Amino acid sequence: MMIEKRSPVKTALIYIMLAALTIITLLPLVWMLSASFKLSTEVFTFPIRWIPETFHWENYVTIWQKIPLALFTFNSFKLSVIITIIQLLTSSFAAYGFSKCRFPGRNGLFLAYIATIAIPWQVYMLPQYIMMQKMHLIDTHLAIILLQSFTAFGVFLLRQFYISIPNELLEAARIDGLSEYSTFARIVLPLTKPAMATLTIMSFVTVWNDYMGPMIYFNSERTKTIQLGIRMFIGQYSAEYGLIMATSVMAILPVLVVFLAFQRFFVEGIASSGLKG
Amino acid sequence: MTKRMPLAERMKKPGNKTLSERKASSLKRKNALIGYTFILPNFLGFAIFILIPVVFTLVLSVMKWDGFTAMEFVGLRNFETIFTDYRFSSAFWKTLLYVVFSVVLTLLASLGLACALNKKIAGRDAFRAAIFFPYVASMIAIGAVWKQLFEQSYGPINSFLRGIGISNPPGWFASTDWAIWGVIIVSIWKFMGYYMLIYLAGLQDIPVQLYEAATLDGATGPQRFFRITLPMLTPSTFFVFIMLTINSFKSFDLIFALTEGGPGISTTLLANYIYDQTFKYWNYGSSAAASVVLFVIVLAVTVIQFRGEKKFTDYL
Repeated sequence: MMIEKRSPVKTALIYIMLAALTIITLLPLVWMLSASFKLSTEVFTFPIRWIPETFHWENYVTIWQKIPLALFTFNSFKLSVIITIIQLLTSSFAAYGFSKCRFPGRNGLFLAYIATIAIPWQVYMLPQYIMMQKMHLIDTHLAIILLQSFTAFGVFLLRQFYISIPNELLEAARIDGLSEYSTFARIVLPLTKPAMATLTIMSFVTVWNDYMGPMIYFNSERTKTIQLGIRMFIGQYSAEYGLIMATSVMAILPVLVVFLAFQRFFVEGIASSGLKG
Repeated sequence: MTKRMPLAERMKKPGNKTLSERKASSLKRKNALIGYTFILPNFLGFAIFILIPVVFTLVLSVMKWDGFTAMEFVGLRNFETIFTDYRFSSAFWKTLLYVVFSVVLTLLASLGLACALNKKIAGRDAFRAAIFFPYVASMIAIGAVWKQLFEQSYGPINSFLRGIGISNPPGWFASTDWAIWGVIIVSIWKFMGYYMLIYLAGLQDIPVQLYEAATLDGATGPQRFFRITLPMLTPSTFFVFIMLTINSFKSFDLIFALTEGGPGISTTLLANYIYDQTFKYWNYGSSAAASVVLFVIVLAVTVIQFRGEKKFTDYL
């Protein structure tokens, strides 16, 4: 129910403010799109022309020819999909253990998980690198897969959802003779689809956008990802901004599609992840 | 002659259990085992690739090591080295500056946005999605764009500032004094949407009756905000505050994409300092010592925040 009627002036004011904020927020993305159709020399002309004089569609052809962008895109997809699948499987399993099973040392172990969320990644970046060096995994995708598949964050996120599932429900399933594993698979998993969707998108987007990991571990063109590809137009071809922007648009497009498709799930999933329990 | 204990007492002695007790404890053990199997796949990877490296960093911080020959214990010498390094102290203070301002400003922005977008207005979902989108956009891709927007002489931001009468707008990423503020502004833009969502969830949990009662009692808008909304949002604020702080200390991609730590070392934060020591200078000792410093700061701040939260909610 409405508590009080807002005056039309006030409503209009809120709209104007929100619209202004939204435009400011999206402006950099619009600029990116506009610059992606320009020649490198045009990108820098001021005042900015938001709509290019002539659309240089060929930028979107050139980027695939100048660098092995198709391979980079494939590599990014490969890493994102594999890491996301491992995360979903192992995190949901562990989250069930931490929220619905009893065993000695459970809380201590969970505390260790939580504590590592607070530890900046840079703190253990060096030992991880040495470890990968000793395992001869530098410049292989396996290095990033091993390092990024087992995050504490995934376990934490799913556990927040699982503790809101009433224990009576699981008790009933156990009395009906379901094993712990089938209780998990047939009761808990179907109930927490939004949680899984949230983790899927979060994990996919994080791996897809990751720059530092691939920069440290991938040296050869065979292993590089799309984020590294964006920067290649800076070193190799003396900053061709039109091409950089076209590649950037290609790098953001899949995330935009995934985001728009799952927006509802995502927004609600994130919103409820932090605060329950 | 040995005294024989009565049967009942013997049963109570630890180790001797009645049949039903024994059944229960074997069930317990079986349940514990099942619990461990659930944790195990994730824990194995987590222990090997995260826990062990963390411990190894602590060890490395008191060692001298080039990565090949045997390690040598050097006590606190690595810490002495970084504490006398001007680049470290610069990174240290810049990190604090960056964290304080980006945390406070992002928190205020996300709270304001959440309150505005909690109202029933047309196109609400579209607004939310738009504000949230920067969070999922690749920083490396968007960094080049922001550099152009902040361009000193002709960039749209400075053109706008001149338009409203500021004759000498800041140099942003070209200036050692202003670069960090440019980074802070971009970080607010990038992260406010994410924390807005967490605030929105908090807002939805506030019972409408509270506002109805307050309105009947004649409370004004600001009164309702400060007496109901803000106190009821304390758990959200606490969560946002902690996550923002932790994530601000981790910021790397943002700075790398915008300034690469420059001009000079004016935007080199601790995370960037550690990266440089590791992969530019291959200075394992300094890298590990700086990591331990970063680790201790984040831990201390998190613990203080947890304590503060307790006092704060008690007070309310």
